[in-house]
Amino acid sequence: MSDHEYVPSSKFGKWFNDRLPLLSLASHLTDYPTPKNLNYWWTFGGILTFCLITQIVTGLTLAMHYIAHADLAFESVEHIMRDVNYGWLIRYIHANGASMFFLAVYIHIFRSLFYGSYKSPREIIWIIGIIIYLLMMAAAFMGYVLPWGQMSFWGATVITNLFSAIPLVGEGIVNWLWGGYSVDNPTLTRFFTLHYLIPFLILGLVVLHIWALHIPGNNNPVGIDVKKPSKDTVPFHPYIVIKDAFALLMFTIVFAFFVFYSPNILGHADNYIEANPMVTPAHIVPEWYLLPFYAILRSVPDKLMGVVAMLSAILILAALPWLDTSKIRSAVFRPLYKQFYWILLVDVLVLGYVGAMPAEGLYLLIARVATAYYFIHFLIILPVLGFKEKTIPLPLSITEPVLGGFPMASVVKKKEGLN
Amino acid sequence: MSEKKPERREFLFTASYAVGAVGVGAVVWPLIDQMNPDASVKALASTEVDVSAVQPGKTITVLWRGKPVFIKRRTPEEIAEARAVKMEDLKDPQKDEDRAKDPEWLVMVGVCTHLGCVPLNDKGDYNGWFCPCHGSHYDTSGRIRKGPAPLNMEVPKYEFVNSNTIKIG
Repeated sequence: MSDHEYVPSSKFGKWFNDRLPLLSLASHLTDYPTPKNLNYWWTFGGILTFCLITQIVTGLTLAMHYIAHADLAFESVEHIMRDVNYGWLIRYIHANGASMFFLAVYIHIFRSLFYGSYKSPREIIWIIGIIIYLLMMAAAFMGYVLPWGQMSFWGATVITNLFSAIPLVGEGIVNWLWGGYSVDNPTLTRFFTLHYLIPFLILGLVVLHIWALHIPGNNNPVGIDVKKPSKDTVPFHPYIVIKDAFALLMFTIVFAFFVFYSPNILGHADNYIEANPMVTPAHIVPEWYLLPFYAILRSVPDKLMGVVAMLSAILILAALPWLDTSKIRSAVFRPLYKQFYWILLVDVLVLGYVGAMPAEGLYLLIARVATAYYFIHFLIILPVLGFKEKTIPLPLSITEPVLGGFPMASVVKKKEGLN
Repeated sequence: MSEKKPERREFLFTASYAVGAVGVGAVVWPLIDQMNPDASVKALASTEVDVSAVQPGKTITVLWRGKPVFIKRRTPEEIAEARAVKMEDLKDPQKDEDRAKDPEWLVMVGVCTHLGCVPLNDKGDYNGWFCPCHGSHYDTSGRIRKGPAPLNMEVPKYEFVNSNTIKIG
């Protein structure tokens, strides 16, 4: 993996490293050459790693007190909130942590969309990322079921019923998922098991995601290839570590605001009512981070086609590296793509908004237009744009836009001296 | 090497893979099937309900296999309304006579066929049921009339054990 041979200084270090090259790995990670023009949108990878670890640690501690049983789950969550030492804190971090995780992942994804980080040679990094995102949605959905409140129960009912749209085998699949004829105790216990498992699958995929990243190295705001190591790069430690740490600090301030000042603002009051299979709450909505896809589901009047549209909206992202035909990565040099990028961002926000509103009248109309535009963006605009767009000439290096056309030897030397 | 040998090898490889696949399938199947409804869930397959106290026009809801079942004692007007509907007006055409053997009693699973919510009694544009989740309207026979649900509410297998008791399942 490493670009240079690392030799530990101590005798024991050398002995160990010859048998298991952990020190070589550590050396690769600290020296890893990083483009020096990375901006703060590049700090969300580190922030997401923090979110994953936070969810695993708080989740493990919650699991010491939670009881996965239809008769006891709701009570055990209240027990955590009222009796367990700092239980309220751990649960609020875990519940809001899910939202923070999605906030960070959406920024991370839209960063990639803007700077074309999904393009060759980074397609595999992108696809692994999409799989991680799918697993995150599955984990979040099943986690939301565990408190066994009204939203838990009916959210689980509605989402699992999506599978009943499959012709012929749909009914059998739904009964298999439930372990019965409705969402009940067998459903709860298996959701708990899977909710426990998925974060570790994500952890494994994160390792692959970073491994795949370290082959070509980071993309950058200019979107051109950089020679590594060179004057265009800085070592990961301490430069990127410090920048990531500062961004993480800012992020945890937002995180802490939710946990301490409005821990329930992103949840639904109905989930503090215990699950009741006889009564459906008047207005069922998923958590905010799933709303755009929920809007797509509801905008199609046919049950099966609605489910197909929703799944396609997510899976279409995996094909993005081939749908975007432009060779230029960064939107900075793509004046038309830049505008379509912002329209897409607004489109997704609109979908999120109408997803939270009742599916009728004007909201339904807006949802349908926004759904159509979402697919038009990926299936028509992006492929055509690659051929039609007149792009701005790329600079020769990432230093050129800063230093004005040619590398000034004196400036470069001074900077090297500082290193 | 002669021409025959590779074919023999290929046959052996294919045969080994086939046996291996059967073996893997036999091991994986129990792990998948354990998630299907178990014996204790299946054992709760029928419920008996005393309906002697239900007044005309009223609906009671009972739990059967974890799902609500509506038992409605319909008034003559409601029966007449359900029977007057033309088949071509229905999304999932079904005669009321086929849904309610005894016209006075309508027994059906109270689960919306869209995504599984419980519809509300005596609501909606057709005086039957209305699902608050995604806006499906059902008539006095529990048939889908408007909204995203594809099918009528399901009529379960049931029978009158005596004049006061219905056995569902």
